[in-house]
Amino acid sequence: MISKFSSLFFELRESLGMSFIAIRANKMRSALTTLGIVIGIVSVTLMGTAIEGLNRAFKDNISKIGADNLYVQKFAWFQNDNWWKFRNRKDIKMEHFYAVQNQVSTANLITPVVGTGISVQYRSNDVAGVFAVGTSDQFFPLNNMNVEYGRLFTEAEAFGGRPVVVIGSEVAAKIFPQESGIGKNIKVGSHTYKCIGILEKQGSFLGMFSLDNRVFLPINSFFPRYGSERGIQIHAKAADPKNLDETAEELRGILRKARRVPPNQEDDFAINQQDLFIQTFNAIGLVIAGIGLFITTLSLFVGAIGIMNIMFVTVKERTKEIGIRKAIGAKRRTILLQFLIESSMLSLLGGLVGIIISYPLSLLINQIIPTSMPILIVLISILISLLVGVISGLLPAMRAAKMDPVEALRYE
Amino acid sequence: MPNVINIKNLSKFYEMGDQTVHALDNISISIDRGEYVAIMGPSGSGKSTLMNMIGCLDSPTTGLYQFNDVNVSSMTDDELARIRNKEIGFVFQTFNLLARSNALHNVELPLIYSGMGKFDRHNRAKQSLAHVGLENRMHHKPNELSGGQRQRVAIARALVTRPSIILADEPTGNLDTKTGDEIMQLFEELHLEGNTIIIVTHEEYIAEHAHRIIRVRDGKVERDEKVLKASK
Ligand SMILES: Nc1ncnc2c1ncn2[C@@H]1O[C@H](COP(=O)(O)OP(=O)(O)OP(=O)(O)O)[C@@H](O)[C@H]1O
Ligand SMILES: [Mg+2]
Repeated sequence: MISKFSSLFFELRESLGMSFIAIRANKMRSALTTLGIVIGIVSVTLMGTAIEGLNRAFKDNISKIGADNLYVQKFAWFQNDNWWKFRNRKDIKMEHFYAVQNQVSTANLITPVVGTGISVQYRSNDVAGVFAVGTSDQFFPLNNMNVEYGRLFTEAEAFGGRPVVVIGSEVAAKIFPQESGIGKNIKVGSHTYKCIGILEKQGSFLGMFSLDNRVFLPINSFFPRYGSERGIQIHAKAADPKNLDETAEELRGILRKARRVPPNQEDDFAINQQDLFIQTFNAIGLVIAGIGLFITTLSLFVGAIGIMNIMFVTVKERTKEIGIRKAIGAKRRTILLQFLIESSMLSLLGGLVGIIISYPLSLLINQIIPTSMPILIVLISILISLLVGVISGLLPAMRAAKMDPVEALRYE
Repeated sequence: MPNVINIKNLSKFYEMGDQTVHALDNISISIDRGEYVAIMGPSGSGKSTLMNMIGCLDSPTTGLYQFNDVNVSSMTDDELARIRNKEIGFVFQTFNLLARSNALHNVELPLIYSGMGKFDRHNRAKQSLAHVGLENRMHHKPNELSGGQRQRVAIARALVTRPSIILADEPTGNLDTKTGDEIMQLFEELHLEGNTIIIVTHEEYIAEHAHRIIRVRDGKVERDEKVLKASK
């Protein structure tokens, strides 16, 4: 029994050694053969990396769109079809906000939001490309935002249109590099505002859009200075997160009435919520997985056929060797294992090359969405390539194992 | 002396289209332990077929073959492989070494198949190579060796498992006369050490090394005679 196991072990060792020699003896052929596997494994690892990054971005960002927040906007998120149908929609105006404010009962925070790109200046420090947001005091609790220095503006300041501003940390760092900005007068566009608060760092959204590169102005100071005809959004936080749909329904009713939408017509506005993001993220993930899976399966299939083909050639070329081995005592199992190991090593080699190629490519993906190659995907790739090797080697190895020793020895 | 090989009414037929080739036709032979036998006969007479049969590489169409008193005719492929590994040492006309492996690995291979540990295996293989005078060619590949040296490696490989018999099918067929003589000298020594040797040859002078000559023709034993050795 012991000798049975040890002979199996020594046979495996010998086969492993011989497979390296055989692969090295046919470098070019081996490289070309494994190309399909290489591509398959590259696609598996990149798909895994991209999905990992997407999940990470999802987790990081989804919390920035509160689960119980509703966003009343002119258009729905992620809806790019039927643009022509929606393009004539009326803007959402302050009158709609006041209607909601007066009537709503299932939302405890509600704020108008309007914005524009602008430059901000303090003495010689001039920062362009800042996003100015006109809103009310309720914007900050609604988005879990707080000041690091100073204070937020009040309801009275917001609706009284006072010239005070709360600025994002990134803007603050640029215009007040040395000193504290609280109490200083800054220019937002061409108008003077007194800086009363600097916000805590918020990070970015999807790694593209910095949330700290914004300044927040009282809503009623925004309109007269930066355009009173601008449309707004209405952000609301449901009083009871479990009844988000109920709040959405209530908002819908109020807005339809305020905007005089006839009963038989569709809404001329949209109520967006986090759920839409989740759905879109899942959809993107699914598309990546689908494409990745398709490329992977296809190239692994091509790779498997390639390996099978080359293994048939190898078995044929080495008929004499098989005969010799059988003559000196190789069992069927021995020969079977030898060629299975060779095809597995060939495939594994392709897999490893694929992983090595994927690594710099995963760093490229990292430039778009923060991610890293998951170690699990590396292990899975190694497993897949081994499996493909075994499967594609099976038929050729069986042919080798079944050879008649006398005929094999006579082969020239 | 016990029989190593006991063949009774053994035949091997090949169906070639509508005609049957009688490669071996109702042959009966027995060979004792320690014998040195030469098998002779014209080309196509069935010598190699007989050798393959004795070496458990091939199985008979009909008839009985007992090896060390065990009936081999009914054995499975893997049981035959075990016998080939442990009991039989093959030497071929074309050497049949693994081209990509050095002499040592070629000689070690049967021991790998029998599950011997690395240390013992190395020692045995080195001993065997030393036995054929190649202790300083262990790491040479076959294409780095002369024909005679290759055949010595093949003999070392045949010896390494200490088999019951050594079978050599025209071992000097690819060698010049002088080198062939050296190889025959080696077989002579192996026989003196107690090995059972069966050798196929075309050459009378080579057969004369043996102590018994079996002549075959058309798959039948034509003559089976002891060689009288005046000098020995
Ligand atoms: N696989 C086979 N299929 C058909 N016929 C075969 C096969 N193997 C051998 N034979 C036939 O069996 C006969 C004996 O062949 P074998 O190889 O034993 O001859 P041999 O005595 O070794 O000849 P040589 O001296 O030329 O080596 C020949 O007629 C040969 O054609
Ligand atoms: Mg022959």
